[in-house]
Amino acid sequence: MPSNASEQRAAPVLRAPLATTADNALKIVVVGGFGVGKTTLVGSVSEMRPLSTEEVMTQAGEGVDDVSAVRDKRTTTAAFDFGRITIDERRVLYLFGAPGQKRFWFLWNQLFTGSLGAVVLVDTDRVRDSWYAIDRLEHHRTPFVVAVNRFGPGPGPGLAEVRRALDVSDRVPLVDCDARSRESSRDVLVTLVQHVSGPVRGSAAVPASTSVPTSASTPEDTQ
Amino acid sequence: MNHGPLQRESPDRLYTVTGGRGDADADALDSVTLIVSECEPVPGMQSEHAAILRMCVFPTAVVEVSAELGLPVSVVRILLLDLLDTGRVAARHPASSAQRAEGHDPETLKQVLLALQRL
Repeated sequence: MPSNASEQRAAPVLRAPLATTADNALKIVVVGGFGVGKTTLVGSVSEMRPLSTEEVMTQAGEGVDDVSAVRDKRTTTAAFDFGRITIDERRVLYLFGAPGQKRFWFLWNQLFTGSLGAVVLVDTDRVRDSWYAIDRLEHHRTPFVVAVNRFGPGPGPGLAEVRRALDVSDRVPLVDCDARSRESSRDVLVTLVQHVSGPVRGSAAVPASTSVPTSASTPEDTQ
Repeated sequence: MNHGPLQRESPDRLYTVTGGRGDADADALDSVTLIVSECEPVPGMQSEHAAILRMCVFPTAVVEVSAELGLPVSVVRILLLDLLDTGRVAARHPASSAQRAEGHDPETLKQVLLALQRL
């Protein structure tokens, strides 16, 4: 099974404990095809070496949208990596690198639920690998940005060309990145958080005690 | 492809660890719910439970427990619900799960942005 997570398990990891006051964990999910650099990006910004774990789906449960993908197996296993950034004494941000292929749908719900948003990491040689992820993110109205990991030789297609190939709205931020670089990976996350913050800032005039009206809080990436 | 400990894990052991129960409701424990021990391990306790109590002296996310025990997240969720039901651990749920309709609060987004910019 394709997975780029397993090599991270080789050595035990000394995980620095969180502060005893930590009580609010946040999530950002980096999703993309095999070998696109998800683990690299997470590792570039994480305060600990990324950990790997797995989720198993032991039966074809409710919500299976593609039974054919799992019909020949009793169990589907999805490996994923994660890292961590301490925000303050109470908040901690977990960064997940999740496989974008359709057969790992069962992993998605639990990672995307309540997440700040997602980064779709794209390899310009395999743009089609991102279509399913983008479709699901749009469907679930999860805010996302698209980051093109420029690690191959040559300049590759420009961002405008990538945007056309992905068929994403101009309102979805599309940026170049080098997942090996801490600064570049950080900038991708900053772009995402700024993108997520946009609609919230727009509703600042609403009294804090009032829930934000749907009309004012419609995420800009909802289409 | 080599897959590390989880792939080699015997289904029999996973069955034993969970007492043969099926998937726990993922809604009950988010993948980043922080778990904190409320007591010390005692002799005779199931070894996975004891390991969790030692690990969660400091707040530890469900996925971290999973990674460190080398057990799938769904299996760990069942173990954690055992411990929660008997008051041996406490769960600090993500604030976002309680306020999904409104999204994340602006102060949280601001603090995340500041922390990222410090990297």
